[in-house]
Amino acid sequence: MSILHPISQPSRWSRIKDSKVGYSFRSNPVAVASMAIFSIIVIMALLAPVIAPFDPYDPAQIDIMNSEYPPVWIDGADPSFLLGTDDQGRDLWSTILYGTRLSLMIGLCAVTLQAVLGISIGLISGYVGGRLDSLLMRMADIQLSFSTLMVAIIFLAVAQAMFGSETFNQYAIYFLIAVIGVSEWPQYARTVRATVLAEKKKEYVDSARVLGFGPMRIMVRHILPNSLSPIFVISTVQVANAIISEASLSFLGLGMPPSQPSLGSLISSGFDYIFSGSWWITAIPGVVLVVLVLVINLLGDWLRDVLNPKLNKG
Amino acid sequence: MSLLSVRDLSVKFAMRDTHVTALNQISFDLERGERLGIVGESGAGKSITGFSLMNLLSAPGYISGGKIQFQGQDITGLSDTKMRSIRGNRMAMIFQDPMVTLNPVLTIGQQMVETLKAHRKLSKSEAEQIAITKLQQVYIPSPEERLNQYPHELSGGMRQRIVIAIALLLDPELIIADEPTTALDVTIQADIMELLLELCQSSKVGLILITHDLGVVSQMTDRTLVMYAGRIIEAGRTREIINDPQHPYTQGLINALPQQTAPGQRLKQIPGSMPTLTEVPKGCPFSPRCAFASEQCQTTPPEIVRHAHVEVACHEVNRLQGPELEGYTG
Amino acid sequence: MTDDAPLLELKGLEKRFELDQGFLETLKFRGGKFVREKRDVHAVNGVSLQVKRGDALCVVGESGCGKSTVARLIAGLLTPSAGEIHYEGTRIDDKSRRELMPMRKKMQMIFQNPYASLNPRMTIKQSLEEPVRYHSPSLTRGEVEAKVADVMQSVGVDPTWMGRYPHEFSGGQRQRIAIARALTVDPEFIIADEPISALDVSIQAQVLNLMLEAKEERGLTYLFITHDLSVVQHFGTQVAVLYLGVVCELSDTATLFENPKHPYTKALLSAVPQLSDDRPSHIRLKGEIPTPINLPQGCPFQSRCVSVNSRCMTDVPRPLMQPDGALVACHAVEEGRLTS
Repeated sequence: MSILHPISQPSRWSRIKDSKVGYSFRSNPVAVASMAIFSIIVIMALLAPVIAPFDPYDPAQIDIMNSEYPPVWIDGADPSFLLGTDDQGRDLWSTILYGTRLSLMIGLCAVTLQAVLGISIGLISGYVGGRLDSLLMRMADIQLSFSTLMVAIIFLAVAQAMFGSETFNQYAIYFLIAVIGVSEWPQYARTVRATVLAEKKKEYVDSARVLGFGPMRIMVRHILPNSLSPIFVISTVQVANAIISEASLSFLGLGMPPSQPSLGSLISSGFDYIFSGSWWITAIPGVVLVVLVLVINLLGDWLRDVLNPKLNKG
Repeated sequence: MSLLSVRDLSVKFAMRDTHVTALNQISFDLERGERLGIVGESGAGKSITGFSLMNLLSAPGYISGGKIQFQGQDITGLSDTKMRSIRGNRMAMIFQDPMVTLNPVLTIGQQMVETLKAHRKLSKSEAEQIAITKLQQVYIPSPEERLNQYPHELSGGMRQRIVIAIALLLDPELIIADEPTTALDVTIQADIMELLLELCQSSKVGLILITHDLGVVSQMTDRTLVMYAGRIIEAGRTREIINDPQHPYTQGLINALPQQTAPGQRLKQIPGSMPTLTEVPKGCPFSPRCAFASEQCQTTPPEIVRHAHVEVACHEVNRLQGPELEGYTG
Repeated sequence: MTDDAPLLELKGLEKRFELDQGFLETLKFRGGKFVREKRDVHAVNGVSLQVKRGDALCVVGESGCGKSTVARLIAGLLTPSAGEIHYEGTRIDDKSRRELMPMRKKMQMIFQNPYASLNPRMTIKQSLEEPVRYHSPSLTRGEVEAKVADVMQSVGVDPTWMGRYPHEFSGGQRQRIAIARALTVDPEFIIADEPISALDVSIQAQVLNLMLEAKEERGLTYLFITHDLSVVQHFGTQVAVLYLGVVCELSDTATLFENPKHPYTKALLSAVPQLSDDRPSHIRLKGEIPTPINLPQGCPFQSRCVSVNSRCMTDVPRPLMQPDGALVACHAVEEGRLTS
C-alpha cells in the first residue's frame, strides 16, 4: 500500500503520490479515512506485545478475581483495565490487541493460500483452455456450491474429533488457515481465468509467441503482470471475508481456543455474559471486528473504482 | 443568413490541475446545402468540433467561449430540452461506428418509429410508412422486412445505411458525419459516400464531413477546413486546397500520401507527431515539425490571413511559394 | 539451394474455424428432430503463394477475406486445417514449438495495433532485451544492451528513453518500437499485419519509410497484409488480391495497377478515393460480401460480379497465367468476356 512506502526514496514516493491512483486516493476522503483507520489497527495489532499492558497468553498475569470489571468510563471500574476485563479476568484491551493480530494474520495467510492456488489454477485454465479448462472450472463450480462455512465446519469438527481437542487447539491456527484458504480458491481462479482469456487475445501475447517464448514464460512474465488489477481488488474483499469466516468459526467454537482468543472467540466467550450486564466483553471486540471489515471493504471499493478500466476515461 | 455560423468557438477540458484547450477559437460558416470537410489527424480536434456543434460535449469537456449560431439562433447556451428539439430534428449526426447509434436490443423499425414519434405527432403506421420511404432512399432492399430485424442481423455497410436513414428521418437541414466510413471496406465506403453525396445534393442538406482521408474530402466537399492541434490552420475551396495547399502542414499531409511518390522511393514524411493537448507549443503549434519555422513562429501564434485563394494561419506563407516547395521533404 | 527457389511457399493452404464448439451447440432442431450439425467458418480456402527472397508480397482484400488468417498461419499462431507451408524448402506447419526455435530468429511479425502489441507492464528496455537474451543466451549484459541500443537507433527512437513504459509513447513511436523488437533477433522475413492502418497519415509515411529502409539495409523479405491499395502500389513488388479466402489475382505490382483483370480487382482499384476526384467514381458492386460460413458453389465472387454467367455458379475458377505474367482466377477473363 502506497502510504506505507518508505519515505527514503523521495522520487519514487512523489511519483506514487502524483500517479493516477495516488491522486484518486488523495481526492477521496473515504479512502483516506479508511486507510488511516486500517493502518492504525494494523500497526497496533503488530505492536501488540509492546503496547499491551498485560500478556493474555500468560496465565501468571491473569487473576480470576479481576473478572468482569467494566470499562473505565463506567462506575465500579478498575483504572488499570482500560476497557475492563473478561470473564477470566483478562484485560480486554490487551486481549483485543492480541486477538486482532491473530485475526489479521489468519485472514492474510488464508488469502495468500487462496491466491496462490487460485491464480495458478486460473492462469493454467485460461491459457491452456480446452478440456483441462473445463475440468478445472467444473471443479471450481463444485467447490463453490458448498458454502465455505459448511465445508469448514465439517472439516474442523472432524479434525477436532480425530486429533482430540488438545492437539487441535495447539494447531488450530493452521487448520483455520488451511480450511479457509482451500475453500475459497475458486473466487480467484474464476477472476484470473476471465482476465487471462481477455489478455490472451491481445497482440503482445501473439508477439511473444512469434518470438518463440514458451508457455510458462508467457503466462508468468507477460500475462500475469497484466492481470494484477482484478487480483488486487478481489484480495481486499477476500481478506475481509476470511476475517469474518475466522470469526464465525471461532464463535461456533471451531476456531481459536479460549486460551489464545481471536476476535471471534472473544466475542463468543462474552456472549454468555451479555445479559448478566457484562456487555462490553462482546460489544467492544465486536465493534473492532466490524470497523476492521468495513474499512477493508471501503478500501476495496475504492480500489475497484480506480482500477476499473471502463471508468478510466482519457 | 447562413445555416451555421461558428465564431471563436473554444472548448476546454478540465484536467486534474489545469484546463487544457482542445479547440482554440475556431470560426467558420456553412451555407444551406453546402458540404464542408474537416480534415485532420487524431488529436486535431475535428471530432470535438462535431460534438460541440451538436452540444454533445460531456464532462470534463466544456465550451469556454465563442458562439454557435444555427439559422440565426445561438445554440451554445441552450438548455438540454431545447437542444433536443434541434438535435435529431434539424441537425443529425452520423458516427463512425453504427453500433454506437443503433440500440442492439431494439429492431430497426422500433428505433425509427421511436425517433419519429419523439419529434412529430404521428400514428405508428404513419411513422412506419416514413421509415420505409427513408430506407428506400438509402437503397436498402426489401425495407419492410428490415424493420423487423435487429442491428446484429445486418452487415456493416447495411447498418451504416440505416444510420443514415435514421439521420434523414426528420429531414434535417444539417448532417454532421464523423468518419462515417472509416470502419468500412473501400468498396462499401465508395457506395456510402456516393449515397451521402446524392442525398445532400437532392434535398439541399448541409453536410459537415469529418475525416482524415483527403481523397474522400476531395470527392465529397465544396470547402475544407484543415485542423491541427485544435486550430483551423487552412480553410478554403476544397479544390484549391488540394491542388495548391498553402500551409506547410497541409502540404506535408498531401505530399506524405504514397500516391505522391514514385513506387519504392522514400515517402516525403513530416517529422515528429502532433503535440498532445497538454503540450501544445506556445507559438505556431506546427512550428516544431515545420521546415520553414522562423523565430517568430516559435513565439507568436499566427493570425489567419488570406493568401492565394485560401485562408491560412502561417507567418511564413509568403516564403513558401514557388520552387521551394520542391525542397520540402522534412 | 538455388537463388530463385522461393523463400516461403504456401501450398493449398486452408483454415476452418469451428463455429459450434461444445457438443450441445452442435445439436440443432430441424424438421421435427434433433440433428448434429457443425458449422465452420471457411477463412482461408486453398491459398497457394510463393515469396522470393527480397520481395515484398502484399496481400490485399477487404475485412473477412482471410488475409490476417494467412499471416497468422505463416507465423505459426494458427495451425492450418489443410495444405502446407514451406520455408526455405522445409515444411514448417507440422513442427513443434521447440523444433521451430531456429525458425523464430528468421521470421518475425509486426502487428496492427501498436497500443496492444507491446506488453504494457514492461519497460521498452525489458521488452527489447527479452528476445535477445532468449535467443542468444551466450551474450553478455553489455552486448545485449549494445544490440538493443543499436536497433533502437536504427528505428529512430532515442535509446535514452529505454526506461519508459509503452504508454508514454505516441502511436507512431510505439510502432517503431514494435518493429525494433522484431528486428532484435535479426530476422530475414517479416510478416506485417496491417502495420500502419492504425496510424495517422503523416505517421504512416514515417513508418513506411522505416520499413523500406530496413528492407534495403537488412535485405528483408516482407509479407505485407493491408487493405490500403495506395500503400500496396508504393511498397509491394508482388500483389495477391484475396476474396473470401481465395486468391483471385496475383501479379507484380506494376502490372496489377496498370492492367487489373479480375472484376473484383477492378472494383477495388476504382473505389480508392483519389485526390483528383471531384465526386465518387467507382465500379458499383451489387450486394454484400457473403459470410464465409456458407460458401457459394462455384466462383466465390459470383454474388457481386457484374459479368457473372451460369458457369460461374457451378465451377470454381482456376488461376490461369495471363500473357503479362499475372495469375487470374476468373471464368470471364478466361473466356474473354471482359473486353470493355
